[in-house]
Amino acid sequence: MPTLTINGKKVQAREGAYVLEAARQAGAEIPTLCHFEGLEPWGGCRLCQVQITKNGWDGWKKMVVGCMFPVEEGLIVLTDTDEVRETRRVVLDLLLARCPETPLIQAMAKKYGIERTSYVPNPEPTDCILCSLCTRVCDHIEVSAISTADRGAGKEIAPPFHEPPEACIGCLACAEICPTDFIPFKTSHVSRSIWGKEFEMLRCQDCGRAHITKAQAEHHAAHRAETTGVSEEWFRYCDSCKRKRQAARFPGVPQLA
Amino acid sequence: MRIDSREQFETLREEIRAAEAGNGNRILVCCGTGCLANGARKVAEAFAEQVGKRNLDAQVKLMVKNTGCHGFCERGPLVVLQPSGVLYTRVRVSNVAQILEKTVENGEIIPRLLYKNPADDIAIEQYSEIPFYKNQTRVAMRNIGRIDPTAVHDAIGAGCYTGMTRALFDMTPEQVLDEIETSGLRGRGGAGFGTARKWRSCRKAEGDRKFVLCNGDEGDPGAFKDRSIMEGDPHSILEGMVIGAHAVGAHEGFIYVRDEYPLAVVNLTLALTQARYLGLLGENILGSGFDFDIRISRGGGAFVCGESSALMLSLAGKVGEPRAKYVHSTEKGLFDLPTVLNNVETWADVGAIAANGGDWFAGMGTNKSKGTKAFSLVGKVKNTGLIELPMGTTLRHIIYDIGGGVLDDRPFKAVQTGGPSGGCIPEQLLDLPVDYEKLTEAGSMMGSGGMIVMDDRTCMVDVARYFLKFLTEESCGKCTPCREGLKQMLAIFDRMVEGKGVPGDLPLIERLAAGMQVGSLCELGKSAPNPVISTLRYFRDEYVAHIEDHVCTAGVCKELTAYRINPENCDGCAACAKACPVDAIAGERHSLHIIDHDTCISCGACMGVCPTDSVETFPKNELMKEVV
Repeated sequence: MPTLTINGKKVQAREGAYVLEAARQAGAEIPTLCHFEGLEPWGGCRLCQVQITKNGWDGWKKMVVGCMFPVEEGLIVLTDTDEVRETRRVVLDLLLARCPETPLIQAMAKKYGIERTSYVPNPEPTDCILCSLCTRVCDHIEVSAISTADRGAGKEIAPPFHEPPEACIGCLACAEICPTDFIPFKTSHVSRSIWGKEFEMLRCQDCGRAHITKAQAEHHAAHRAETTGVSEEWFRYCDSCKRKRQAARFPGVPQLA
Repeated sequence: MRIDSREQFETLREEIRAAEAGNGNRILVCCGTGCLANGARKVAEAFAEQVGKRNLDAQVKLMVKNTGCHGFCERGPLVVLQPSGVLYTRVRVSNVAQILEKTVENGEIIPRLLYKNPADDIAIEQYSEIPFYKNQTRVAMRNIGRIDPTAVHDAIGAGCYTGMTRALFDMTPEQVLDEIETSGLRGRGGAGFGTARKWRSCRKAEGDRKFVLCNGDEGDPGAFKDRSIMEGDPHSILEGMVIGAHAVGAHEGFIYVRDEYPLAVVNLTLALTQARYLGLLGENILGSGFDFDIRISRGGGAFVCGESSALMLSLAGKVGEPRAKYVHSTEKGLFDLPTVLNNVETWADVGAIAANGGDWFAGMGTNKSKGTKAFSLVGKVKNTGLIELPMGTTLRHIIYDIGGGVLDDRPFKAVQTGGPSGGCIPEQLLDLPVDYEKLTEAGSMMGSGGMIVMDDRTCMVDVARYFLKFLTEESCGKCTPCREGLKQMLAIFDRMVEGKGVPGDLPLIERLAAGMQVGSLCELGKSAPNPVISTLRYFRDEYVAHIEDHVCTAGVCKELTAYRINPENCDGCAACAKACPVDAIAGERHSLHIIDHDTCISCGACMGVCPTDSVETFPKNELMKEVV
């Protein structure tokens, strides 16, 4: 296990970990927007900038993103220097110009002393920060219904050709992972709609609550059943009813109402 | 016919050379993209047809070769006659009969087709005596213009694959690495990373499957050296890649070339087919036991796909976006396997180094930058085109001796090097020797080897804005500082050139530029503020004039510039009135013309056509003062 010095504190990091994980473990506060523990690091939002140096570097420091820099023995990490704060400030200032009305960005910017953006605020305010968490989680579950489209200032998250995506299974992973709740959807006991596509819901056979789309259950049966070892039966009941059924298998334990 | 041994290859090469030597007259017609656009194909066809008709073939063993780019694109189509070495420029189909009759048959020169040196207006007969060529040393471009790129025997005769045979038969991979290290070769794509160091790290990387890639995604505005090499001498690239593959232990290669270079794709594809057919590529190359094959991947033309990690993702069929390179691509590159990626020009150098030795290459250039470097010399310079020079040549020598000086002998203002990631170098640094370190010190970079010369009628704020606009459109948009930073930087420049700049703009630009340099993900984002930073460093007063006085001193920014006609020079020819698209110029013929400022749209058309240079610019806000 490599030993690092983070803000003057010696820390033992997990083999194969990245600096962000080790630094947070050491109690450093590092803002992130595009990072999610269950997904591969991506390095796009550029907020988790930290400075690294080593003994023998003659005091020379290098700015890296913590989420992607692998830990190594003897690494010295500084997470709150003036340079680090200034770089994060420039990024947050720019994000605030893009998303002037987004509470999460407003709050993060405020922490770095920015009340109002120094730049021209977006005349069409959006909540999308282009962190790509939605597209990455969609890729991760092997659906890939949405992706980034176009490039540069015109970049956006969209289904192919801006049409209801054929591949989408209505699982809502994209909407749930979105840090700014930008992705709109509607869900009821009968149907669900997201990305302009309508989905039929499956109801729990015990309580009757709609809990999953038919498309998601089918996708799972077709592509994931083998790797997860979960049968189609699994989707007959909602999560809380499944829990009750499991609990019923342990006699003597007080049952949920 | 497959060549199965080194001896067979060498015999073939000597046969080709002997046949060439016995073949007296040759007509070389440049068929690079520039000359083709000027009608070179028809000229070449006319030569071929009329040589046949005149039955010259029998008399003088005449041969018409369609060659790659000679580099002197501005004067195309170019025709070189051998062995006399006479160069004719801007040749039309109608000149073909005359050239054959007078020059080829009777040795008479046709003066009006010769190149005239703009410095003294004297016509020069010999290709090799023209200052544009005389002052060059060509390594990467050694064969371009001399060979027919679609004929593999021509390439072999010129020495192609000789370095490869030496590397495969006489040298171990380690010895190749040593030779490259001795040569001091550094990446010609712009960053200047040591080639031997890169190859060594890939050779050391674990894994049996490795890749060797060629970056042919040249995308800088004004740069076209890689295109010319791919079009004009594709075999030298293949040769270099085989040597590189032998050194790092790879058996698969890709050439990533942008689809906007159709001729390059065609010539490379043909070269691959020929090389495979002859056994110069594929399994058991020349019977050496070494296997290596190359495939072509055509890029969609996104600028960012020239960045190494984005290129590799694009090659793998994914979205072309860079990734953090804390783990080098020599360890985890294409498909997460060890990969060596080099620029077209670097690969073209490798073959020459293997053939002539590392010491020969290191004998040229400066202390840390060895060998020669290709540049695309464009902009306001008399001789534009493609040049190759030893590292350390001064900018003054390039612009004045090779380029012939600034167009129309106007005052020199700056030269922009390195494409959108580079910077502008001012007059006081004209004696700067061009190498990686010196350009970086001056706030620019080697980059793709683009050199755009600018005269006094260039507004540096406008130049920086041009590159910002290009980069804003080409940023991949993955990381915040580059995507949002460029957009906001461009917004600041947009208001500056409209006279709406505010006093806080300069510090804001500087802060944003610094943030982008440190915070961006890839080198494109990190270097995107370079055009801004370098123009601010050398031409700060122009920025101040735009912001504080709302004046564009160069008279370029439309919103800040008005035009007037100097009554002392105007001879009333009415050329300006005819050229004006909005009829803003009034005046009787042979008497003074006057521009109506209310109608004028500041397009500058009048200035371009005036034969007496009577049209001049002045700050638009002086108009307001006159009214007051």
